[in-house]
Amino acid sequence: MTAVVAAVAFWLAAWGLNVALARSRWRKARAVRIAVPVIFGLAVLALWQGLVRGLEVSPVILPAPTDIARTFVTSTDVLWQDFVQTVLKGALSGYLIGCGVAFVTAIAIDRSAFLTAGLLPIGNFVAALPIVGIAPILVSWFGFDWQSKAAVVVVMVFFPVLVNVVQGLKETEAMQRDLMRTYAASYWQTMVKLRLPAAMPFVFNGLKIATTLALIGAIVAEYFGSPIRGMGFRISTGVGRLAIDLVWAEIAVAALVGTAFYGIVAMIEKLVTFWHPSQRVG
Amino acid sequence: MHRALPVLAVLAVLTAIWYLGAWRMNTPWALAQAERAGVELSAGELFTETMRQERPRLPAPHQVAAELWKTTGEMALRGRAFSKRSLIYHGAITLGATLTGFALGVALGILGAVAITYSRVAEMSLMPWAIVSQTIPIVALAPMIIVLSNAVGIEGRTVPKAIISAYLCYFPVLVGMVKGLNSPSASQLDLLKTYNASGRDSFFKLRLPASMPYLFTSLKVAIAAALVGTIVGELPTGAISGLGARILIGDQFGTPLAIWAALFAAAILAGVLVTVIGGVQALVLKRMGMAR
Repeated sequence: MTAVVAAVAFWLAAWGLNVALARSRWRKARAVRIAVPVIFGLAVLALWQGLVRGLEVSPVILPAPTDIARTFVTSTDVLWQDFVQTVLKGALSGYLIGCGVAFVTAIAIDRSAFLTAGLLPIGNFVAALPIVGIAPILVSWFGFDWQSKAAVVVVMVFFPVLVNVVQGLKETEAMQRDLMRTYAASYWQTMVKLRLPAAMPFVFNGLKIATTLALIGAIVAEYFGSPIRGMGFRISTGVGRLAIDLVWAEIAVAALVGTAFYGIVAMIEKLVTFWHPSQRVG
Repeated sequence: MHRALPVLAVLAVLTAIWYLGAWRMNTPWALAQAERAGVELSAGELFTETMRQERPRLPAPHQVAAELWKTTGEMALRGRAFSKRSLIYHGAITLGATLTGFALGVALGILGAVAITYSRVAEMSLMPWAIVSQTIPIVALAPMIIVLSNAVGIEGRTVPKAIISAYLCYFPVLVGMVKGLNSPSASQLDLLKTYNASGRDSFFKLRLPASMPYLFTSLKVAIAAALVGTIVGELPTGAISGLGARILIGDQFGTPLAIWAALFAAAILAGVLVTVIGGVQALVLKRMGMAR
């Protein structure tokens, strides 16, 4: 019982600290903006630890964060193998192919107003569909290894990226395009120097949405058959044989990878679209 | 009409590509069958042969349509709309979990948005985690959520599925509502101050009404996300009812037609849900004098 009390006390203290920080005159400082969510996260972990230990929850149901951390450290080789299989081979290759194809398709149909008008509503609709359901079909077409996972990812990221690129290419104003005309700029010059840069905020919006979809696709596809490695494989079999701490370690990896993937794309976005109002500091 | 024409044209092209794909992908099997039977197929016969296989690699569109009709309309006509073989029954299961998760997610999103709008601590501690939560592939958690909710003693699968779809759909609502609740201009807020309006009044009479366009835009994204969540929740967990489970079972029993029919049923369900929310949006915004 003391563990529960201690955890709740820690939680309250952390929340109090956050309240104090948020009201202090340093609240605009970068360090504080980072510290507050970190403290909140630690408090949640402490609460989890305290409740699991204090209420003696069986590790088969919910292991404590320290147990998960121990498993994480002792089974890095398994986790690394799964990471390579699912993230590098399945998700990343599918992501690159899917986004690349979507980008090229968007530029290819850009010259035809008819095709754009036809594809945009369809793309918007398809982007909202539960496309993950296609996973078993693609697994039966492309086999159990990472190729089928990459195929699922390609299909999943294609439409959100396509829709965003097409939308982004519409972003320039008539005035700006007229200016390019007065410079006697060709179609491709206008494309490269005006329309693509103007489309970048939209493109990156699509790319960021696609990062999460890529991981979802790669993991779900493994539930339908995979070689004996991969995060989805480990999770589905781990639940079956009650290796719950390993499952949570995989979930931790998935969370870290998802956040890092998104973070990297967001960082590239910052470098590319530094001129856009949404990137202004202050 | 001039807006529908391009869409229809593209749809026609896609259907043609699909038929082409079905013909190409089913050819090897049709040829193998003909060889075993010792018959020579002309090109025309080969084409029709690829269009009517029972377990094709890629079913032709009309086969999927026929399967869809067989498992919905035809069963309904025979008065067996809710038999376990009917997609209406499975669609209803999925719809139930989706709507539960949607309600849960929207409530969470709105509450979170109100907390973030009114409390700086909440904004600083919650907002970064809300963003991080969306970069985590929830499907990794799906089997765990089902184990956990079973351990806590929750019967059935509606609740865990609803939790997954709530997780996917609260975020757009949260972001949209934070934007919406902060959309009144400083001068509008000042005006309420000169009226000596309480915080409650300014919330219910200014901020909340002003956020409605944002809310509905987010709701359309959220309902689609909720459906995706439910189907993902049904896929890996050995569920036996629901559209996702139909896909899973179709995979295990090697019946591609069932998978495709379930996929299209899910697509139709998504379309109907988004359209319904769009209709409510138009109605509400018109009544509030906000229609654009």
